[in-house]
Amino acid sequence: MSIYLDRDTRVIVQGITGRMAQFHTKDMLDYGTNVVGGVVPGKGGESVHGVPVFDTVKEAVEVTKAQASLVFVPPPFAADSIMEAADAGISYCVCITDGIPAQDMIQVKRYMMRYPKERRMVLTGPNCAGTISPGKAMLGIMPGHIFLQGNVGIVGRSGTLGYEAAAQLKERGIGVSTSVGIGGDPINGSSFRDILEQFENDEDTHVIAMIGEIGGPQEAEAAAYIQEHVSKPVVAYVAGLTAPKGRTMGHAGAIISAFGESASEKVEILSAAGVTVAENPAVIGQTIAGVM
Amino acid sequence: MDIHEYQAKEVLNNFGVEIPAGALAYSPEQATYRAREMGGEKWVVKAQVHAGGRGKAGGVKLCDNDHDIQAACEGMFGKKLVTHQTGPEGIGIYRVYVEAAVPIDREIYLGFVLDRTSQRIMIVASAEGGMEIEDISANKPESIVRSTVEPAVGLRDFQAREISFKLGIEPSLTQSMVRTLQGCYRAFRELDATMVEINPLVITGDGRVLALDAKMTFDDNALFRHPQISELRDKSQEDPRESRAADRGLSYVGLEGNIGCIVNGAGLAMATMDTIKLAGGEPANFLDIGGGATPERVAKAFRLVMSDKNVQAVLVNIFAGINRCDWVAEGVVQALKEVQVDVPVIVRLAGTNVEEGQKILAKSGLPIIRATTLMEAAERSVSAWRSDKSLNLKAV
Repeated sequence: MSIYLDRDTRVIVQGITGRMAQFHTKDMLDYGTNVVGGVVPGKGGESVHGVPVFDTVKEAVEVTKAQASLVFVPPPFAADSIMEAADAGISYCVCITDGIPAQDMIQVKRYMMRYPKERRMVLTGPNCAGTISPGKAMLGIMPGHIFLQGNVGIVGRSGTLGYEAAAQLKERGIGVSTSVGIGGDPINGSSFRDILEQFENDEDTHVIAMIGEIGGPQEAEAAAYIQEHVSKPVVAYVAGLTAPKGRTMGHAGAIISAFGESASEKVEILSAAGVTVAENPAVIGQTIAGVM
Repeated sequence: MDIHEYQAKEVLNNFGVEIPAGALAYSPEQATYRAREMGGEKWVVKAQVHAGGRGKAGGVKLCDNDHDIQAACEGMFGKKLVTHQTGPEGIGIYRVYVEAAVPIDREIYLGFVLDRTSQRIMIVASAEGGMEIEDISANKPESIVRSTVEPAVGLRDFQAREISFKLGIEPSLTQSMVRTLQGCYRAFRELDATMVEINPLVITGDGRVLALDAKMTFDDNALFRHPQISELRDKSQEDPRESRAADRGLSYVGLEGNIGCIVNGAGLAMATMDTIKLAGGEPANFLDIGGGATPERVAKAFRLVMSDKNVQAVLVNIFAGINRCDWVAEGVVQALKEVQVDVPVIVRLAGTNVEEGQKILAKSGLPIIRATTLMEAAERSVSAWRSDKSLNLKAV
């Protein structure tokens, strides 16, 4: 098992005809992902790398029985595309797009709530590298070869810092069950807490690695959840110890604007909840190895 | 993106929020003329800078006559205002706002924010206006009233009334409060703001509800659909290095240290800064050149980092995922041939084809210090910076 994504998961790519999307579709197909279709309004009937393109997500789902979607749509239209996926019955959606207006995301989250829980779509991202279940399938833009298959569940905000962690694990021969990017935006589809719950219930995940950063309440929420509900060992690293207050550090959500949002406060909160904290990014792999 | 007080007042006024009479001036003479034009007996001269805490820093002066206004303006124009929000170098004053003074009965704090816990727009209000919200939550937390807005239906009048009653505002003014709250909400929603703050919102002696100060911040990601807001940008209020970076599509934040950083990805960039600190150095900047790390972007990044005179070493940390290290290495070599970099350069590459990348750096003949791990890169940067500094001292 792994979470969200498996060898058989049928995947569509929204915005598949774009340059970036075409490139990564090829990469995902090469990795073994079951990409069954793409959606671009007005380009129905075309094909990309042998994958059929549809005008609407609904049509794509009807024909291909797609379960998951990867959104590669430009920021002004991305929120609409996510809502289209939710309405068409997609159960898992990853949005890569960076730069979606925050209030569009508020609308998206509200829109997703209108469906009953059993058919409500799960969204991870936006502004993330995607999700990978190594050796099975990849839904995103990450380099698949840096992930070994194994039993560490990774959840993080940042793409390249997540790669850094995966590479440190690979160096030690340690593999990953699933790695999920929740993205760097202030309003995101899933929080650390949501993913922790999935990992706790996934029998292939033995250890959880959480890579946080400054800004927002989600690391603290995760700490409270871990204390109450997570039985598996959790290792965390929080980036931004040297980040000044009140400044946006690249990610729209990486800004210290309230108490408890700095890296040192988050480290303190996580430690108090029993999480093993990696003191610096160079020892993430080593720290995970230590709790296995 | 931040805007000035006078701009925020104009925006909010268009949505039905009442403001005192006021006018903008670019010179002391214009300020006195504007004051005379609007009439009245007392005026407030306010420095227009993108920072809070202006009052305590001398950026707000109450004036009785032309002479006072002239003197207040002369103390502001062309000067730097240093408040607890600006940092020690301060921000330049090039515009002042002259406002008719009003008789104040009560001061209310009113803020609209994007609340990340509820993931909705939240209203934060307190009857203890005039103080900063940080101080209110530290000293009078029980005075804070919060209300979140259901996005499907927007702010309802009953919510606005509830807030007004909880603040203890007299019932005859409830309608004015509802209009003010709805105006702020509509401005927030329709213009993609991320923050609206009126502090203080005042109840005047003659029973009016007026925004005495106003601050608005807008979502940079939504400016594409609000060209009229984009036009309000005032570059004189920004760090010139950051404006230059933003114009080139790079994400840069200037800091106080001496080790420049060039990194791909925001999280890895913060992690790199942290590692430098851990190794005993201080980062000079945050810089995310994006996932691509093309030779052009690397060259741009070097130019930007080297424009900071405090930089005494540059650490390049690229995790090549989709790109290959050999390709990134070519980019670094090309950039170093184009841009004159007279401080030690430390390069750490990781990811695909790392050996080939290292070979290219080694063969380039450039004095690049190579590192394989993040820690090693940080340590080598700190020691290179230290020895570079001692060489400079010897030369002196």
